[in-house]
Amino acid sequence: MLSSALKQSLTLAVIMAALVGCSSTSTTTDSADADSAVSSAADSSAVDTTDTMADEAVEALDTVFYFDFDKSMLKPEARAALTAHAENLKAAPKAVRLEGHADERGTREYNMALGERRAKAVRDYLVLQGVDASMIETVSYGEEYPAVVGATEAAYEMNRRVEMK
Amino acid sequence: MIFYRAVRQWLAVALMVVAAQAQAELTIEITQGVDNPTAIAVVPTGWTGGALPEDVAAIAAADLRRSGQFRPIAREDMLQWPRFGDQVFYRDWRVLGSDYVVLSRLNPVPGGGYSLDFELYDVLSQRKVLQRNVQAGPQGLRDLAHAMADAIYEAITGIRGAFSTKMLYVEAFGNKRYRLMLADVDGAREKELLKSSQPIVSPSWSPDGKQVVYVSFETTRPAIFRQVLATGERQQLTNFRGLNGAPVFSPDGRKVAMVLSKDGNPEIYTLDLATRVFTRHTNHFAIDTEPAWSNDGKSLIFTSDRGGKPQIYQVTLASGRVERLTFDGDYNARARFTPDGKSLVMVHRYNGVFHIATQDLESGMIRVLTQTDLDESPSIAPNGAMLLYATKDRSKGILAAVSLDAGVKFRLPSKQGDVREPAWSPYFTKR
Repeated sequence: MLSSALKQSLTLAVIMAALVGCSSTSTTTDSADADSAVSSAADSSAVDTTDTMADEAVEALDTVFYFDFDKSMLKPEARAALTAHAENLKAAPKAVRLEGHADERGTREYNMALGERRAKAVRDYLVLQGVDASMIETVSYGEEYPAVVGATEAAYEMNRRVEMK
Repeated sequence: MIFYRAVRQWLAVALMVVAAQAQAELTIEITQGVDNPTAIAVVPTGWTGGALPEDVAAIAAADLRRSGQFRPIAREDMLQWPRFGDQVFYRDWRVLGSDYVVLSRLNPVPGGGYSLDFELYDVLSQRKVLQRNVQAGPQGLRDLAHAMADAIYEAITGIRGAFSTKMLYVEAFGNKRYRLMLADVDGAREKELLKSSQPIVSPSWSPDGKQVVYVSFETTRPAIFRQVLATGERQQLTNFRGLNGAPVFSPDGRKVAMVLSKDGNPEIYTLDLATRVFTRHTNHFAIDTEPAWSNDGKSLIFTSDRGGKPQIYQVTLASGRVERLTFDGDYNARARFTPDGKSLVMVHRYNGVFHIATQDLESGMIRVLTQTDLDESPSIAPNGAMLLYATKDRSKGILAAVSLDAGVKFRLPSKQGDVREPAWSPYFTKR
């Protein structure tokens, strides 16, 4: 569990570093809004990783996108990664499954609907970028599959997500 | 000599009960009762045969204790263990502070099974209040005990007892294994109804207590199933794209209300089980989910965030008119009507913490019933006295119960997996 969380934040860090490297000032401001866990990873240990893995940034595109509590709005870093995914999917179409999740707070069926709304937000963004809607399936698991177990804000942040498979 | 034999018998029974409890997966911890519970002496059940697999009087006493309304007298404090009314010395029971005395005798029934005779005596007025006989099959000793507790509870409180009812709950082991369980409401006699490597969600009962409906992800997508308890026969009711969730039987058992997002948004539907026709009852781009029937079956309440935050709304089925019911707080969800139809119970966020609350429908007054965090899935007993809900204990899912006046509380911790989504059964016998 820990290693997958670590891997996720490292991947995120790679994307963010790539963004900072090639993009305008707005991206810099956005990265300041990102999860503190991710920021700290980017600030400290991830610097070396960025240098060695920069070439692999496209292959390492993040497939997990995070959301705020009771929200289904895409965060800027998710939009950046999804734009790159959309280009790949247009170039080489394949079936994609988007699995929506919620943190454990609130009721199970409402969270089921929330997970679906998040998965659909990701789908709609991909479709807007030109990806064929018929290739995308959305499924919500609500709060049933937490990525991280625990009643902490850090765990909740990791659990409010859409996974692209 | 008689007393010695009784002690020996009791020890044998006590050992059996310890063994039985070690197997039960859910155990009971009473955390709060009423201030002045009625003292009651449930005398060990008379029986002349060999060792019994269950201690009937102890089970009935535990039922009464769990209601929070009673304080059963410990056996070792009783001066005698009478079997018949003419052996009751009221003065001795008065000295013990006991308000009531229960005597019971168990006899074998020819062809297998048991017959239980029991009486309830009022110590102050020195008279017999209740006398009854109940019978059950060879596996029915716990049924007899719960039937005795039901009758005693009703005779003293005037409220029908619900100790003979059952509950469903979901047990999860990590994200890997899920079980739909059926058990007595004291956690005993648990039985697995369904096992899956994929989530099982939202179990609920048919009004006659013979079927259950639930959501299973066994097809890698959510789908609604119904299952007949007696035969285990299953039927898949839905297989739509998107959400297939929150199924609940109508009070007449002919329809199932549910949430489907096949048309783009989560909307409330009903399925007529005979005609297989789906009817849509809401039409809004927001989330509409978690339907529950009014007791007359003419309307549904549901959770919707059409106002920006989840709140409870009511739709009248004949007209389609929608009305908002909750205004207090920024998160009210998964509401159910109380059996008298006068209140809602629901999940209510207060100071950022998720509690179980009731709302009086006439005054709109909200009352928070629980102090724990992450409380959800309230399910009311058919007599309206208590509700079961799911909560967390050090990040492990457990079941707990609270009375609707918040005076009585107990917990049912699980020995194994995370337990959640309790669904309290209806009465199995109608009056």
